[in-house]
Amino acid sequence: MGKDEFRGKGRALRVTRSIHFSTSLRYWLDDLSEQENRKRFGQDADRHGHNYRLEITVQGEPDADTGMVINLSQIKEVAEREIMSRFDHKDLNLDTEYFTRIPPTPENFASLIFSLLDQALPEGLLDRVRLHQSADLYVDVLRSQS
Amino acid sequence: MIYLTRRYSLAAAHVLAQPSFSADENDRIFGKCANPGGHGHDYGFEVSVTGPLDEETGQIIAPGLLDEIFEEAVARRFSHRLLNEEVPFGSLVPTAENIARVCSAALAETVENRSTARLAQLRVTETPRNFVEHGELV
Repeated sequence: MGKDEFRGKGRALRVTRSIHFSTSLRYWLDDLSEQENRKRFGQDADRHGHNYRLEITVQGEPDADTGMVINLSQIKEVAEREIMSRFDHKDLNLDTEYFTRIPPTPENFASLIFSLLDQALPEGLLDRVRLHQSADLYVDVLRSQS
Repeated sequence: MIYLTRRYSLAAAHVLAQPSFSADENDRIFGKCANPGGHGHDYGFEVSVTGPLDEETGQIIAPGLLDEIFEEAVARRFSHRLLNEEVPFGSLVPTAENIARVCSAALAETVENRSTARLAQLRVTETPRNFVEHGELV
């Protein structure tokens, strides 16, 4: 196979920036009793915390003049405003309104992060977020292919 | 699409040699990996599943259940074993490629039987320098 047949040829480039933040949480729904919360969520119903690592991946063609898909300082600025200021050293249950009716599982948290970033970035630019909750667990949210 | 990935590891021994080939032929193809006494690796596994979020728990799968599935489908069979002596290896050489195919088939079946999720991808890391992926997640 020659290099012209490289599978990625003609596809958009992907660029990723990582951020870290530390957050406390518990899986707890206000509509349920304490007993029901504990039965459904086990030890996750107790307050605990994670060092989250988030990979933000955008896709596109590099600008002919700047050679950049997007200026990484713009991603940094959006990440600071949409993610860090909301979640870093905060409590997902007490300091945000997103998790009263759904628990802050990594699936739900990563979906929320995808939609916050997607609304703040130029349309269609965000390709994926990967949220690492610990060294051995992460969640990917990919833009739907439709 | 949402994918949940868990990482696992296990230690196992293997010999890269095709039993129907001569020793010289195996040396030529597999090099030092054909050493009849074997060698081993700390294999890393990244198991990615996808599926609907459970309405009550907000999860694709409970991480503890995925741990049980990995134990049953992979770790119990292959951890601290000489892979060449374990089914279905033997004439099927236990390369990282074949380990990925065998383990992804077993994981896919067990995930399907025991949860509402499905296996999306398996990555098998053999050394810090090489890994094999089988699945749809890029």
